[in-house]
Amino acid sequence: MKYPYFPGCTLYTKAKKLDDAGRECSLKLGFELDELKDWTCCGATFPLVNDQHITMSGPTRILADTKDQGNDKLVTLCSVCFNVLKRTNNVMLNDEERRAKITDFIERDYHGEVEVLHYLQLLRDEIGFDVLKEKVVKPLEGLKVACYYGCLLLRPVKEIGLDTMEDPSIFEDFIRALGGEPIEFPYKVECCGAFQAVHSMDTATRCSRDILRSAKNSGADVVITTCPLCQFNLDDRQPEIQKSDPGFSSIPVVYFTQLLALALDLPAEELGFERNLIDPLPILKEKGVIA
Amino acid sequence: MKTVISRSQVKGDFVSKVAEISGENFFNCYQCGNCSAGCPSVDEMDLLPSQVVRYLQLGLEEEVKSCKSMWVCASCMMCHARCPKGVDISKIMEALRVLRLREVGAEGHIDVTDFSDDYLARAPQIAMISGYRKFLPL
Repeated sequence: MKYPYFPGCTLYTKAKKLDDAGRECSLKLGFELDELKDWTCCGATFPLVNDQHITMSGPTRILADTKDQGNDKLVTLCSVCFNVLKRTNNVMLNDEERRAKITDFIERDYHGEVEVLHYLQLLRDEIGFDVLKEKVVKPLEGLKVACYYGCLLLRPVKEIGLDTMEDPSIFEDFIRALGGEPIEFPYKVECCGAFQAVHSMDTATRCSRDILRSAKNSGADVVITTCPLCQFNLDDRQPEIQKSDPGFSSIPVVYFTQLLALALDLPAEELGFERNLIDPLPILKEKGVIA
Repeated sequence: MKTVISRSQVKGDFVSKVAEISGENFFNCYQCGNCSAGCPSVDEMDLLPSQVVRYLQLGLEEEVKSCKSMWVCASCMMCHARCPKGVDISKIMEALRVLRLREVGAEGHIDVTDFSDDYLARAPQIAMISGYRKFLPL
């Protein structure tokens, strides 16, 4: 089974490990991510005002290409791409006036025919977590995982429709299928500071500190995410957090596909863990997840 | 400080424009403060999210236009998710930002030369692209 796949710009470069592991795991699970031809960046922001259409031209073109290449679904791994494509598709589906403006401008015929899916959603709804569980070769036994959702994978809930707002469970169910132990922590749907990482660094540092402290205090060994921006903020801010709070103890932040890959027995040395600022290998070894 | 509230400001062009492009009705807000309690950026804000909405209800254009809050909003949409009246403040904050960025001669709020090469080498593209879109004139 092939699923059309949109990697996005960050997954081709700085979040290559999210992409590599996702593709490798799909083959082990019996499906293939078939990369869209001639894709461009999605623009990384969905316009929140009603009179700004130009930033939707990029994602609309991607969706129209998906349809024209004979597909009715599009899978993403990155939460930002997922949010932008999904919300743009909702506009194309439901808002006649804005659709006409955008499709006239890019000279394409598109009416929201493509269903945008996140990889996690694909695993849950198309493959099934029960099937995933059967395919696990090396269960993540004893590993306590803080499943960090962040914002864009969930909100706005009515438009995204992946899970509930305050207490989602898709990520925890995923970790349970891998044999790991998801821990509950109060900051799982809070914001990491997002693009404030290039404007108000204090916001990104404080938000990341609160999330990481919450995860650590709840007993987590590792934090997982689906978003390269969350991964960056949560990992990269830790030296700064330590400066202002010497009692803070660091915690590794990895992509969900990296843990999936370990559970499917892909070699740890090929998963790009060396690119993490806070090295996940010591805790993964201590917990017996890797040799 | 004396604050003058006038009908002309409450019904003024600025407030109407913010309402129009955000698509939000400020008068749905009854000031419960859930948005401000859940906002991750309040520590860096001068006006709380609920105060921004209150000032818009009262037509206090200058106070809202010059607030820092719109620039430290991370568009995380937690305010909207927790609003009992369904007001989406992330849209209001975006409307305030774009109106400032569309002014003639508007200046950007980030400068790529402020970042070290080391930071740029580490920061993901989505951070830079969304930052440019949120903080620079189109």
